[in-house]
Amino acid sequence: MRAIKRLALLPLLLALAGCNWVVMNPSGDIANQQRDLILISTALMLLIIIPVMALTVLFAWRYRQSNKDAVYDAEWHHSTRLEVVIWAAPLVIIIALGAITWISTHLLDPYRPLSRIDAARPMPKDAKPLNVEVVALDWKWLFFYPDYGVATVNELAAPVDAPIHFKITSSTVMNSLFIPALAGQIYAMPGMETKLHAVINKPGDYEGFSANYSGAGFSDMRFKFRGLDAAGFEAWIKQARDAGGMLDRAVYTELERPSVAEPVKRWSSVEGGLYDAILNRCVDRAKMCAKDMMRVDAQGGGGKEGTGAVLAFEKPDASGAATPKRFVSAVACTTAAPRDGETAETPIPAPIGRRAEASTMTSIFALARGDDLPARPAAGGRPE
Amino acid sequence: MTPAPTSESVLFGKLSLAALPLHEPILVATFAVVALGGVAILGALTYYRVWGYLWREWITSIDHKKIGIMYIILALVMLLRGFSDAIMMRLQQAIAFAGAEGYLPPHHYDQIFTAHGVIMIFFVAMPFITGFMNYLVPLQIGARDVAFPFLNNFSFWMTVGGAVLTMISLFVGEYAATGWLAYPPLSGLASSPGVGVDYYIWSLQVAGVGTLLSGVNLIATIVKMRAPGMTMMRLPVFTWTALCSNILIVASFPVLTAALALLSLDRYLGTAFFTNDFGGSAMMYVNLIWIWGHPEVYILVLPAFGIFSEVVATYCGKRLFGYASMVYATVVITILSYLVWLHHFFTMGSGASVNSFFGITTMIISIPTGAKIFNWLFTMYRGRIRFELPMMWTVAFMLTFVIGGMTGVLLAVPPADFVLHNSLFLVAHFHNVIIGGVLFGLFAGIAYWFPKVTGFKLDVFWGKVSFWCWVVGFYFAFMPLYVLGLMGVTRRMNRFEDPSLQIWFVIAAFGAVLIAFGIGAFLLQLFVSFRKREQLKDLTGDPWNGRTLEWSTSSPPPAYNFAFTPVVHDLDPWWDMKRRGYVRPTEGFIPIHMPKNTGAGVVLAGLSVVCGFGLIWHIWWLAGAAFVTIVVSAIVHTFNYARDFHIPASEVTETENGRTRMLAAGV
Repeated sequence: MRAIKRLALLPLLLALAGCNWVVMNPSGDIANQQRDLILISTALMLLIIIPVMALTVLFAWRYRQSNKDAVYDAEWHHSTRLEVVIWAAPLVIIIALGAITWISTHLLDPYRPLSRIDAARPMPKDAKPLNVEVVALDWKWLFFYPDYGVATVNELAAPVDAPIHFKITSSTVMNSLFIPALAGQIYAMPGMETKLHAVINKPGDYEGFSANYSGAGFSDMRFKFRGLDAAGFEAWIKQARDAGGMLDRAVYTELERPSVAEPVKRWSSVEGGLYDAILNRCVDRAKMCAKDMMRVDAQGGGGKEGTGAVLAFEKPDASGAATPKRFVSAVACTTAAPRDGETAETPIPAPIGRRAEASTMTSIFALARGDDLPARPAAGGRPE
Repeated sequence: MTPAPTSESVLFGKLSLAALPLHEPILVATFAVVALGGVAILGALTYYRVWGYLWREWITSIDHKKIGIMYIILALVMLLRGFSDAIMMRLQQAIAFAGAEGYLPPHHYDQIFTAHGVIMIFFVAMPFITGFMNYLVPLQIGARDVAFPFLNNFSFWMTVGGAVLTMISLFVGEYAATGWLAYPPLSGLASSPGVGVDYYIWSLQVAGVGTLLSGVNLIATIVKMRAPGMTMMRLPVFTWTALCSNILIVASFPVLTAALALLSLDRYLGTAFFTNDFGGSAMMYVNLIWIWGHPEVYILVLPAFGIFSEVVATYCGKRLFGYASMVYATVVITILSYLVWLHHFFTMGSGASVNSFFGITTMIISIPTGAKIFNWLFTMYRGRIRFELPMMWTVAFMLTFVIGGMTGVLLAVPPADFVLHNSLFLVAHFHNVIIGGVLFGLFAGIAYWFPKVTGFKLDVFWGKVSFWCWVVGFYFAFMPLYVLGLMGVTRRMNRFEDPSLQIWFVIAAFGAVLIAFGIGAFLLQLFVSFRKREQLKDLTGDPWNGRTLEWSTSSPPPAYNFAFTPVVHDLDPWWDMKRRGYVRPTEGFIPIHMPKNTGAGVVLAGLSVVCGFGLIWHIWWLAGAAFVTIVVSAIVHTFNYARDFHIPASEVTETENGRTRMLAAGV
C-alpha cells in the first residue's frame, strides 16, 4: 500500500522540483502564471489529500482484524462534530481555490489585453502589439501578419517581450492552437473567431501544434514558434518579404486542400481581406459571406422566397466530378447591400427583409435562379 | 477517410465487397480468430444441445438476476475488445518515434482510439453498472423483480444490439475516426463521408433505448416496490446511488439521443444544425453532448460509490459512518452534475465569468465527494477490518481516487485547463477516476457479491494476483501520462518526434501489459473458482456476515427472491434481523405470482440491429422493412396476455426445504 502511495506521489514531487517539462518551465509570462496557478492549486489540495491518504493507510493498518488491541465499536456511526469537520474542511479549501479561480480566470482570460511583460515589468502604455491572424487548415497552420502584409505556413515568429495579439479561426474542422512555452491553448473553429493575448520572454525555438484531434493528418500539424530579438524578427520578416509571391484567393484555395506535413511557406504579400473572407467562409466569391447573411437575418431575413431562391443554388466542385454542394449565393447581395460586408457599418435600407415589396424581392432572387448569373470570377480577378 | 462512393445500389446501398477490410492484415487476422472462436462456441453449444436451455432459461428470461448476469457477461466480453484497442494504442505510441511510423496508419489508429472510448463507456462501464443495479436493487429492497420485467429484458437486448453493431463495424466497413464524442464538423458529412460515424450514431441510438428504459424501470422499482418498512432513509446506500444514477440516466440520455438525431439529420437529410455553412453551429453539439456527457460520468461513478459503501460497512463489521450525510452527498452530486458541463470546453472562447462559474461549480462537487471519502474513512475507524478482496479493492480505490479527484479539481481551474486540456494529463485524469473509481468498485462488487450470484466464493489467490497486477499496472500505465501531459504532449497522436518522450510511453505500455495480466488473472480466477466450487461453496447465503437484505436469502437466490416479503425495521435490515434473533419461516408458504418469459425483447432488438445496419449502409428497403416489422412486433406483443404465472406453494416449499437442509449442512 505504501509503495503504491509513494509511486503515486512521485510525478507530483518531480513536478514541484521543477524539471525541464515545458508546462512546468515555460518561457512566456502567461504560461508562467498558469504554471504558478497549477502549483498553488496543487499545494492547496495536498493540504487535505495527504492527511486523507495518511489516515486511510493508518486506519487500514490499525483496525485490521488481527490487531486485537484496537478498539472495536460496531455501533459508532455518527458524530455531529466530525460531520461538520468533514464537510467544512473541503469547503474551506474550495472557498480559497474558488477565489483564486475567479481572480485568475479573469486575469488570465485569453481575450484580455496584457497588463505586464513579465512579473517585474508592466506593459508600457505605448507598446505596439504584434497582430497575428491564424487559420487552422487541413493539416497545417497559416499565419497572417497584417502589420507587415506577409504570411507564412507552419512557422510563427514574434519579437521577445512584445505583446502578441492572435485572432484565430479554422477552415474546416476544430483544431486548438497550442504553444505550451508561450501560453495556454485556444480552439480554432470554422466560421468563428477566438482570441489570445500572450508574450514570449525568452528567445528560442518552441513547439507549437494542434491540441485538438482534427483527422488523419493531425499528428503532423506542428509548427515552429520562434521567439526572436527585435533585429532577428526584422530579419525574419524580411525573409518573408524576399520570398515574393502573393497569397490571394486562388493560392489560398489550393493551399486549403488537405495535405500532411507541409514544409514552411512564405508570401511577401496577401490579398486584402483574405483572413476576413476565410472567417466568413466566402473565399469563393460566388458564396455569400456569413456576416452578410447574419445581417440579412438580423433585418428579418429573406423570407420564404429568399429560402427557395437562394438555398436551392448548387454548384459543381472545381473538378466538376464530385457531388454538387449547396451554398448561399452572393447574388443575393445588392448594390445597397454589397457582398463581403464592405458597408458593414452602414445600416442597410430595404429591400432586403420581409417588409420588402414582393416585386423587388422577386427581381433580386430571379438573378439567383436565372441563367443571367454573373460569371464566376477568374481567380483573384474580380475588382473590389 | 474513405471517399464517398459515387453511386449506391438499390439492393445493397453503399455496401459492396470493398467494404471488407481485406487489405488490413491486423483486421483479417482478428476476424479469423473471432470467426474460429465463434464457430467453436456455436459448435459446442449445438453439440451439447444447450440451445433450448439458453433460449428458455436466459435469452427470453425476464428474471432480473439472470438479466443482471447477462449484462455483466456482455461487459466482460466488451472489456476484452476495448482493452485490445487500448494495448494496440499503447504499443503504437511506444514505438512510433523519430520518424518511425509504427504499425498503425492514422486511418486505423484514429478508429481504434474512437472505438476504445465508445466501447469502454457504453459497452463496458454502462452494462457493468446496469448489471449490478439489475441484480441487486430488487434484492436489496426486498422485491421479487423489477417493476417492468419485460422492459428489462428488452433493455438488455437493445444494449447488446448496440454492441453488435459496433462489433460489425470492425469487419464490415469502418468505425468513426472522430474521437469518442464525434464532434462536428469533423463528424459531419464533409469531413467524414464514410459509414464510420453512421455506425457510431446507430449503435449508440439502439443501445440508448435500452439504457433509458432500464433507467425508467429501476426508478419505478425503487420508488414503488420497497418492502414494508423500508423508508427512503432506510434504503441501502447502493440502492440510493442506483436511484440517483438512474435519475441521471432518464434526465440526460434523451439529450444524447437528440444530439445524435440532429447529427444524423445533418448527415442523412442535409440539414444544417452543426455544419459550417447555412448558419449551423458545431458548438451547439459540443454543448449538448456534454450536457449528457458530464452526468454520464456520475451515472458510472455513483453506483461504484454505493458498492464501496456496502463493502466498507460489511468488512469493517460496522454500520456505515454518516449514512444520512452519505445520502445527501449523493443527491447533491446528482444535482450539481448538471451545472458543470462547460468545463469540458473552457478553451473554446467563453468569457472569463462563464468559465469561472463552471470552474467553481465543478470544484464544489469535490465537497460532497470528499465527504464520502471521509465517511468511508471513519467507517474504518474503530472497525474490525477483514482484508478480503473487496476490502483490498476499496482501500486501493481510496488511495487512487483522491489523486484523480485532485487532478480533476486542478483541471477545473480554467487557466490551468488552458495548458492541460486535451493533453495526456487529461487522459491520465479520467482514467484515474474511471479505473480507480468505477472499475475498482466493480471488481470489489464482483468479489463481494459473486457468492450470492453463484453460490460459491471466488478463489482468493488468483484474485490477489489480479488485484496487484491491476493496481500496480494502473500506476505504471497512467502516472507517466500525467508526466507527459506536463511536458505538453497532446493526446490522440499517432507518432512523435521528440525521442526523449519515448521512455515514458514505454513505461506506460509496460503498465498496460501488467493490466493485461490482471485481466488474465481475473479470468483464471473465474475458471479456478468454478473448478473448486465445491470447496468454495456458500451454504449460508451470508458468507461475509452481511447487513442488507440480499444476504438474507439463499445463494443463489430462488427465482422469487424471498418466500415471504421481508419487513424492515431499521437501516441495514439483515444485520438488524440477525441481532434480533430472526427465525426463518419453514412452513406456511403460499403460491407466488411471477412474470413469464418472453422472446419479444430479443426479437425487437434483433430487428433494431437490422434496421440500424440498413440505415448505416443506406439500404433503405431493409431499414424500412425492419422498422415496419419492429412496430408490428411491438403491437403483436401487446396482445400477448399470457404474461404471468404462479409458482405453486408445493414448489416454494420444496425450494425452501432445500435451503433448510443447506443451512443445516453449513452449521
